[in-house]
Amino acid sequence: MSTIDYTRELSVLEGKHALRELDDLIAKPLETKPDKKFYIALAITLSMTGLFVLGLALTFYYGIGMWGNNIPVAWAFDIVNFVFWVGIGHAGTLISAILFLFRQKWRTGIARFAEGMTVFAVMTAGLFPLIHVGRPWLAGYLFPYPNQHSVWVNFTSPLLWDVFAVSTYLTVSLIFWYVGLIPDLATLRERTNHKIKKVVYSIFSLGWRFSNRHWHHYEMVYLILAGFATPLVLSVHTIVSFDFAVSVIPGWHTTIFPPYFVAGAVFSGFAMVQNVLIMIRKIFNYEHIITVDTLEKMNKIMLLTGSMVGYAYAMEFFIAWYSGVEAERFAFLNRAMGPYAWAYWIMVTCNVVSPQLFWFKKIRRTIPVMFVIAIFVNIGMWLERFVIIVTSLSRDFLPSSWAYYKPTLVDGMILIGSFGFFFTWILLFTKALPVVSMAEVKAVVDGAQPSHKEH
Amino acid sequence: MMSEKILYSYTGIFDTPDEVTHAAEEAVKQGYTKYDVNTPYPLHGMNKAMKLPASKLGYVALIFGLSGTLGALLSLWWVSAIDYPLVIGGKPFFSFPAYIPVIFEVTVLSAAIATVLAMLFFFFKLPNNAHPLHATDYMKKVSNDKYGIVIQAEDPIFDEASVRKFLESVHAKDINAVYWAEEEITHKHKIFEPKFLTFLLVVVILTSGTTYFTLNKLMFMLPFNWMMEQQKQNPQQKSLVFADGFGMRKPVEGTIARGFLPYAFKGQPDLAGEKLINPIPISKESLQLGQTKFDIYCSPCHGYQGEGNSRLRGQYPNPPSLHSEKVRTWSDGRIFAVLTDGQNVMPSYSTQLSVDERWAVINYVRALQRALNAKESDLQ
Repeated sequence: MSTIDYTRELSVLEGKHALRELDDLIAKPLETKPDKKFYIALAITLSMTGLFVLGLALTFYYGIGMWGNNIPVAWAFDIVNFVFWVGIGHAGTLISAILFLFRQKWRTGIARFAEGMTVFAVMTAGLFPLIHVGRPWLAGYLFPYPNQHSVWVNFTSPLLWDVFAVSTYLTVSLIFWYVGLIPDLATLRERTNHKIKKVVYSIFSLGWRFSNRHWHHYEMVYLILAGFATPLVLSVHTIVSFDFAVSVIPGWHTTIFPPYFVAGAVFSGFAMVQNVLIMIRKIFNYEHIITVDTLEKMNKIMLLTGSMVGYAYAMEFFIAWYSGVEAERFAFLNRAMGPYAWAYWIMVTCNVVSPQLFWFKKIRRTIPVMFVIAIFVNIGMWLERFVIIVTSLSRDFLPSSWAYYKPTLVDGMILIGSFGFFFTWILLFTKALPVVSMAEVKAVVDGAQPSHKEH
Repeated sequence: MMSEKILYSYTGIFDTPDEVTHAAEEAVKQGYTKYDVNTPYPLHGMNKAMKLPASKLGYVALIFGLSGTLGALLSLWWVSAIDYPLVIGGKPFFSFPAYIPVIFEVTVLSAAIATVLAMLFFFFKLPNNAHPLHATDYMKKVSNDKYGIVIQAEDPIFDEASVRKFLESVHAKDINAVYWAEEEITHKHKIFEPKFLTFLLVVVILTSGTTYFTLNKLMFMLPFNWMMEQQKQNPQQKSLVFADGFGMRKPVEGTIARGFLPYAFKGQPDLAGEKLINPIPISKESLQLGQTKFDIYCSPCHGYQGEGNSRLRGQYPNPPSLHSEKVRTWSDGRIFAVLTDGQNVMPSYSTQLSVDERWAVINYVRALQRALNAKESDLQ
């Protein structure tokens, strides 16, 4: 009878690797000229970004009347996209900070990429509130500074909390990302013979020397940053949810919003990370670093958070009925059976039903299937924000002002364009910086740590 | 060529993490203090082997985090309770629960930035690309897959032969001496180099130029022109909607404004004096209303007491006193006619004062007259 030792830690990487090979593999995209496929991909994302620029130019010139937004639906695609993109960012911080605190070594292969994705997603998200105000060049007034009007911002408004939360989140994510990059940039500095590259890597690696007297503090700071980033990431989508929960609109005014939004953010973020990583591991031959085991673990997290989101949907309905508030009851019945029922049921199918397939181990480990499920999750999570925002607003307290919101062409251009903007950054990232952390991956190779046996 | 190179250190390379950990332990035993271990990634147990004290960066995070908390709390209090108190949603000026999110974010931000900056610039003294270990074969190896130990020449018990012997005793490979490069020793801050000064000048011109252009020119160009161009009707502008070209529309024929009553005695003040009767009874409220309106509209010329002592310093003819025999004997209706139609250089006040307000002003004028020409019985 054989017994399995469940306490034994599974190897993060597949197979046995020499440290040198890992460096070569990870640095390869940076040291080779981009191929044709890269340029095709870049051409596509740049064209989409062009649509973005065009949509924004039309919006800024003619005003936000170019959008479908109109009273009572004053928040629509702009805010839907904002919440969606901020949510995408959450997976990166979860992987780099929360999984770090839980000592989940499988995070090492995907942490760098996910952190980069966080930065790009929050950058994309940050554009939307600015676009939403119509005159983004006046957005400086969002920050509390002693200005010529001698008035301060409203510190009791969730919208102002958003300014603080999102800007803090972007700054801390960037710092976290950069701190992780320093040793890798130093490795690249030592590898390269290219003159300009050497100067650039030297500047950005700050002259890092791999000294253990430095690693000692470095690990401490990494722990501290992870410790701060964890409550931060929870706070960001909590505060985003306050934008809705603090108001009195039926369907928004619920206390379940903060945990529900955070779970949804992690859910959609993992779906996006998984989608992009599946492509990256294929293109750059990282199958042994970003293993099927890792993808399976990500799918498990999607199953968990997807179920949490499903629970939240059910609980919203229950509380609407249980509270006895007529307006709440109507708002939720209207969601499921009103004019936007199509959006609601697509959302439920994508977010609640599709991740349940991850209960099957076979599906969790089959790459094409999980890829499709993650795409469904992304669609579903985008629609979730659409459902929350648009259905609640289009049927407000005063039936005479009810209206059916329809997006315009410019709305569509900005939505597609935001994906172009995001993926352009991702593509440039894959060619400019190591998408897998060399130092962290090398540290988890079998035999990379002292065995402490000779003493 | 310098006559003699200055020694920085001896370096040794190891293939396995176990060997380098062992070497670090031995170096401590030998009593070396100025030594370092370089590894491509942090090794478990190395801090213990090198007997490094616990990192103090946690205190930096604590101090700056708490300063952020306190700073945010105090500035929010000062802004909303002291500098510009504003009631928002019926909450107290200092509504702490609503400030928690902002205070939290500021705490995290200041702690994260301060800790990282302290680590890089204060603890590590980075950026430093002029270190002797840079651009050596040793650095190439330890940045990739080897583990190295460095014993510095400034160590008090450093001695070339014994260090070499020590490194051999722990089975180090590639034992090498590392020398200071000449420019690393003679390195000076090149602030006054023409190249750097030119660079600074270019930065200054570019920054101030862009700022000037943005604030003074760009903000007044389309589409950034402060919402000047809007699809709306501006005053005196030809209407794009109505055929007659007028933006302002006339009311429908026969429309009567709310509360409008025709005035039957225009140009007939004496008739008005005979026929009109003051409908507003004298009361505290009507006198107070009358005083308010009188002080606003009448007192600039007539004076607060109605004596004709104008505050306009002769820029406009002074009116006669309201306490004259003539005005005192006028009926209320006669005065009403003056307020409504105007008299001599006094214009009509019918747009400034409603009918009821005019009567209230008249009541107040009566009170003024009575005050200056009191009867014997009033003094009792």
